Formats: sequence, C-alpha cells, structure tokens
Amino acid sequence: MKILTQHIDVPGIETIDVYRKHGGYSAVEKAIKTMAPDEVTEEVKKSGLRGRGGAGFPVGMKWSFLAKPEGVPRYLVCNADESEPGTFKDHYLMMKSPHTLIEGMIVSSYALGANTSYIYVRGELMYVINILEKAIQEAYDKGLLGKNILGSGYDLDLFVQPGGGAYICGEETALLESLEGKRGNPRNKPPFPAVKGLYQCPTVVNNVESIAATSWIVNNGGEEYAKIGVGRSAGTKLISVSGHVRKPGVYEIPLGITVEDFIYSDEWCGGIRDGHKLKAVVAGGSSVPILPAELILKTTNGENRLMTYESLSDGGFATGTMLGSGGFIVMDETTCIVHNTLTFARFYHHESCGQCSPCREGTGWMDKVIHRIEHGKGRMEDIDLLVDVAKKIEGNTICPLGDAAAWPVAAAIRHFRDEFEWHVKHPEEATKPGAVFMREGASWTL
Amino acid sequence: MTNTQTVQFPADTLERVHKIIKRYPEGKQKSALLPILHLAQAEWRWLSSEVMDYVAGLLNIKPIEVYEVATFYTMFHLEPVGEHVIEYCRTGPCCLMGGGEVYDHLKKKLGVDTGGTSADGKFTVKEVECLAACGWGPVFQIREKYYMNLTTEKVDAIIEDLSK
Repeated sequence: MKILTQHIDVPGIETIDVYRKHGGYSAVEKAIKTMAPDEVTEEVKKSGLRGRGGAGFPVGMKWSFLAKPEGVPRYLVCNADESEPGTFKDHYLMMKSPHTLIEGMIVSSYALGANTSYIYVRGELMYVINILEKAIQEAYDKGLLGKNILGSGYDLDLFVQPGGGAYICGEETALLESLEGKRGNPRNKPPFPAVKGLYQCPTVVNNVESIAATSWIVNNGGEEYAKIGVGRSAGTKLISVSGHVRKPGVYEIPLGITVEDFIYSDEWCGGIRDGHKLKAVVAGGSSVPILPAELILKTTNGENRLMTYESLSDGGFATGTMLGSGGFIVMDETTCIVHNTLTFARFYHHESCGQCSPCREGTGWMDKVIHRIEHGKGRMEDIDLLVDVAKKIEGNTICPLGDAAAWPVAAAIRHFRDEFEWHVKHPEEATKPGAVFMREGASWTL
Repeated sequence: MTNTQTVQFPADTLERVHKIIKRYPEGKQKSALLPILHLAQAEWRWLSSEVMDYVAGLLNIKPIEVYEVATFYTMFHLEPVGEHVIEYCRTGPCCLMGGGEVYDHLKKKLGVDTGGTSADGKFTVKEVECLAACGWGPVFQIREKYYMNLTTEKVDAIIEDLSK
C-alpha cells in the first residue's frame, strides 16, 4: 500500500504534466470545488493521521486548535528542516516528487484558511529548494496557485524559505523565529503557534510527510486512510533506513508490519549485509533510545515488535523506544556503541542553541565525558556521571532538544553498559582502530 | 574586499533580492535575511562585516541583527574560505558506513586538518553535522551539490576533477 510514493519512480514525475497524468492535483480540485474548509479538516481528523516529524501528534487535532480571529491572517508553514540524524525521507520525497508536497500544501492551506504559506527547507538542500521553486512556478502557471485558484475565489501564495544550518530550527517555534529572520531560539509556550505563531498570527506547522498525506485523505476519505495500519497508528509511514543493511534507502510502509519483516524481507531492507549479524537499531532518529537486537525484534512479553507508535514504545524506555521520525539506523556486530554514542553526543552539543543552561552545559559535558571514555581516558565513575547529567537535562529545557540529547546517552548505557566498562578497563585494546567489544553469548557475536 | 563601496550585488541579483522581500508582509522584510545571506555568500564566498553591513542596509535593519543571525547558523562562513568548501558529514550514520576513514583520506590528500584550506587555496575542509542523506553515506557537500556513497577512490576522482 503506497500513498506518497506510488508514482515516485515514474520518469518526469517532478513535472506538473506527468504528475497530473497520474492523478496529481485531483485533491485540489475536489477540496476547493466540492468541500468546505472545515470538511477537509474533518476528514483529516477522521483519518487518524499523526504528525510525521517525530512527535506523532494528531494532525487534525492540531488544525482544530488554530485560532481564527476576524481580519488576522493565518499561516501554514511546512517543516522541511529535516535534520535528525538517520532521517532523510522528506529530502527524498521533495527531491523526487515536489508536486506531492505542493498539492498537500494547497489542500491543507485551503482547510486552514491560509492565503500565504511557506515551506521552510534546511539550507543545505539548496538543490531541492530549486526543484521545489520550479514546481511551484508550474503550479502558478496552471492556475493551481495564486489568485482565484480554479475559479473558486480562493487565493494562495506559496514560498520556499531556506534555513541556514541549524538542527534546532526543526523545533516549530525555533523554525518560526528563523522564518522571521532571527536566531533559531525556541519560544516559551504558551502561547502556542496556533494562537501566536508567525508574525504573532495563528499558524500551523506540519512536517512534509504529514502535509503530503492530506491529498490522499481528501481523495479517498479519512475513514479509508484509518483502515490502513493498526489502531492509533493509522496510514503509511516513510522510513529512512541507513547503516548495515543490504538495501539502505527510503521505504513507505503500511504501519503495522513487524520489525523483523522490515529488516529481513527483500521487499524492504533485505537483511543485514552479508556475513554480519544484527546488533542494535535506533528506530526513530538519533534521539530515540537504541535497542539491542533481541529487544527491537520482540517485546519483553515475547511478542513480535511492530512498526507502530505503540509497539515500538512498548515497555517504556526500560525496554522500548519510539517510532519518532522513522530514521531507522541499523548496526551490525562491527559497531562500537561507545563511538556511535559519541557521534550523537557531539551532534547535540554542536546543535544546542545555548538558550537553556541544562542543555547548553549538559550536552557539552556528555560530549567531553564520552570522548574521554572513547579515547581510553575514562574512569568507571564516568558512566554513572553520564547517566546523572542526562537525567538533569531531561525535562528541564524550553524545547525537546534537551530530551533528545539525553535519551540516546542514557539508553546506550542502559543496554550496553558492558561496552562502556570495557573501554574503561581495557583502554589500550579499546582504542585500537576497529576494536569492538564482543559480549559473550550475545545473538550478534560471530 | 576591504572597501564598503565595492560591496554591491550585480543588477540581476539585486532584482532577486527585491523579489524575495515581496514574499513577506509589509514591514516583515527581515524575514528575507537568510535567503539574502545565502545569495551574499554565493557572491563573495564568505560573509565579511562589510558584506553583512551591506545586507543590513538592503533590509533596513541594524547591522547587529545580521551579525547575530550570521553567527548562529553554521552554513555561513565568517572567515575567508577556499574556492571549494567541502562540508563533510561526521554524524553517526555516515560513520557507520566508513565515513571516518574516508574523511581521514580526504584530509591527508589535501594536506589539511579540519577547518583548514589547502596550500593552493582551492579547498577548505569543514566538518558538518547530518546532511539528511544517511542512507547514501558517507556524504559531503560542495556548495549545492551532494556527493554520496563516498569511497577513497571517489574522493580522489572528485578532487582531481575540481582541481582542473
């Protein structure tokens, strides 16, 4: 079942003519000509679509919070600042099929009563920005954007905004600050963007994938969308796969397949690269807890773990993780967990905006302490020190970057403490190039 | 550049600047800052204080408003750089695919350390965080172009090609 990527490999799908030949922009016609804006919102609510950027908040509910004071403009802003390590699905979708996003932007803007909308794309993806701008111009030329769209009286202008290289701008209020031409410091909430967002006007910020899915929902109805998937994990999800699998890349899966199928079936990742074994997975982007092979495949009740919000988080952080952004990073037995955790700690240290002390200082200390352990200078008490620092960051910051930085460190120690201890006890061995700790009797030990 | 008077976008870029400013509501022209800083960097390779002052003038904002933004976002170069800036991803997924070894090879080949510029002024090497291309790693970027699935051989070929 494919919704977003059904035609993604059709030659020329990036052009409006080919896109329309494959049914493109029918959702715009249907919504604008036959539905009231609130009816579109109602279908999105019924669909059970949840925010695909990582938080998983119901999209229809987020839309229904939008304040609608008389005479005040409302904005839709698409969050295409995709920067969570392991995640590259939005990059893939926009690069291959820009009109899929643009169609969703028109439908969603219409539902929200926005007459100006922005797509905020991370600045590194300037080539994707060029692709989007070309596609937007095509949509203007065909009367799908601009004044009086399809003769309906509805006006919409759509612009692309480049970021400047800052992970924090993926946080929606930091993104709005950035779009206003400022540093990307997250805002205190409330007020939420639905009340005071861009230029202090009511604003909805949604991820690329969430917005793109609204076209299918308009065409087929929210109830049809809700039939795909399992329970509160409705619909399809783009999963970005990196690491040690045979076929890394972006896959659109119906939510609810088993993790085991996803990793080993030829339809998806095709299994672990030849001659190697699965050691661990980070299932939802760098910020979610890493799980060792046995816990990512099965819950502690012995049930098959599914690719759903609920199943992946089964067991809480003690034995579970999160679906997050769908950044699925697979590691085989050659992976040093300490080194991998160091790259994540370094990332969050680098990306902390510096506004809140626990995050600004804590990410720096975690980076330094793991660096010390990785380079053979660690002390046994450093391991608990890391856990302590992580705990003091978590929940104590304006935005979720602090949590995102704390979780991977805490989880790596929770599940791979022996590996950290080995680095401390055997610094000479651990610092040899390519040296990796092998846990006795582990499923990944060759 | 050392002289403010030499800082001036060419006419066609200036036209783009005015078009960009129109994307935002009246009085919200500061929103155009990031897009225009990208144009400025494309024009002058790096953002000197003269360039930033010029951009402030174009947007009718204070120079400090430009400095505080330019120093926050890591894509902007605040010191002179080589002709080609290689922005190398050092984050986890690329490392899993051998990114570290390829990076060492690149630095050795150019005779530079991180942040350095090759003796001929052609290449500056910078480390960056995740470029959202993890399934195609190791990855680096030079201006708008992504170079993916890098190997030491591919790096050699890219450097040779750009050295011509």
